[in-house]
Amino acid sequence: MLKNRIVATLLVHDGIVVQSVNFKKYLPIGQVDIAVEFLNDWGIDEIVLLDIKATLQNRSPNLTMISQASKKGFVPLTVGGGIKTVSDIKNVIQSGADKVSINYAAITQPSLIEEGAIIFGNQCIMVSIDTRKNQDGQYEVFTQSGRLSMGKSPVEVAKISEDYGAGEILLNSIDRDGSKQGYDIELIQQVTDAVKIPVIACGGVGHPRHFLEGITLGKASAVAAGNYFHFTEHSVITTKSYLENDGIEVRLNTYAHYKDFNFLETGRLARKIDEDLEELRFTYHPKEII
Amino acid sequence: MNPKILIIDYGMGNLRSVYNALKFLGAEPLVSDKSQDLHQADAYILPGVGAFGEAMKNLKQINIIDQLSQNVLQDKKTFLGICLGMQLIVEDSEEQGFHKGLGWIKGHVVKFEPKDHLRFPHVGWNNIDVKKTEPLYRDIQSGTHYYFDHNFHVVCDDENISATCKYGNEIVASIEKDNIFATQFHPEKSQVNGLKILRNFLNYVNTHQSAC
Repeated sequence: MLKNRIVATLLVHDGIVVQSVNFKKYLPIGQVDIAVEFLNDWGIDEIVLLDIKATLQNRSPNLTMISQASKKGFVPLTVGGGIKTVSDIKNVIQSGADKVSINYAAITQPSLIEEGAIIFGNQCIMVSIDTRKNQDGQYEVFTQSGRLSMGKSPVEVAKISEDYGAGEILLNSIDRDGSKQGYDIELIQQVTDAVKIPVIACGGVGHPRHFLEGITLGKASAVAAGNYFHFTEHSVITTKSYLENDGIEVRLNTYAHYKDFNFLETGRLARKIDEDLEELRFTYHPKEII
Repeated sequence: MNPKILIIDYGMGNLRSVYNALKFLGAEPLVSDKSQDLHQADAYILPGVGAFGEAMKNLKQINIIDQLSQNVLQDKKTFLGICLGMQLIVEDSEEQGFHKGLGWIKGHVVKFEPKDHLRFPHVGWNNIDVKKTEPLYRDIQSGTHYYFDHNFHVVCDDENISATCKYGNEIVASIEKDNIFATQFHPEKSQVNGLKILRNFLNYVNTHQSAC
């Protein structure tokens, strides 16, 4: 059975990974390849690497960064930011990406989706949609780091992208970005109802419960977070354990697990009772040599 | 002597990912489309990511199909196809029209049957059911997860199937016939369990270096 994917989005600003709040404030985290290496070791299912200022600064994708990052992870790597032409797609894939994420160009020239899909296959083209609610309470799509309104709804963009051959949608709520309030479930439902291709929910995770809501209520095929994975201990592994406790099918692939643990209201692991701790013994896992 | 592994560069496919994974395992793969390199190599890897028609067009353009077929089918050099690389070795595909494949193994590439609750492409981690353990799945159990990402799948004779997985219906996850191996999933992107498959492949190549 196909498992629910837990995806990490790494936002890159000036060559380093950042945390983002509402697409406005950025907090530096560290080097791209190290972030990739850690996420890989923690058992993440997929990594999306987005150069968030590339289009705004009219830059092409940073191929050196992509090739360094791709050496550190043996999980699928999607790369976005500044992709405008088929040759951009080709360069990104040849530098070590497995898929590309297109944002601005997918909306202004959707034929790029089609051209990319003909050469690289539908599964290779992900369209990322950034959206926020306008004054009338309607969802509106923005590009260029949330500055430029495209005058379209996310459902429209998702449908057009699907028609042109996109293989996946990465759906991000600007309002929820960095808020820790959870996904915008209404938004996710609107888009998952409108298209047949997989939708990756993104924006707002602050508690493992939010991943659960994205899957069960939002019907997202994959759930993504950026900030949440950075400063929480064993974030990917605890997230998966939390989801598994709630009956969600996830891929567990690490020696470390928190199967019999309880979680606090805050989403962090609860301390085990003293009796259990006394029972604990170290287990020795010899390093696996492949 | 270290066997020479050639990653076939046909202008598409995630060559770099495959290269990185083999490099991590200590191999020294060569990425090339030259017929001279084709001749000298002991084993070939045809990576994935791409559309079928475009891939065949590119393979024809670099003019290696005849030599590759001869080296694999007659000289029995080891071959591993990944994702699209697996689809290319069967007879034909209905992706974006109708295209002839390499035809090394009887079978066809077909679109998934649509089902209400399923989304396509089939993308994500799915567990496989191993049918033939040796040599590719040595030390790997049924139920292990691999990363899939495809819109079309292969149908072929049971005798050539080495693993299956379930997405709606049961689909072919990997193929094995003599010296020809192929996986629909991406071992280079399936973390430790994927690297294990590539290690098993390298070990197989080591023990089966062709005599010529």
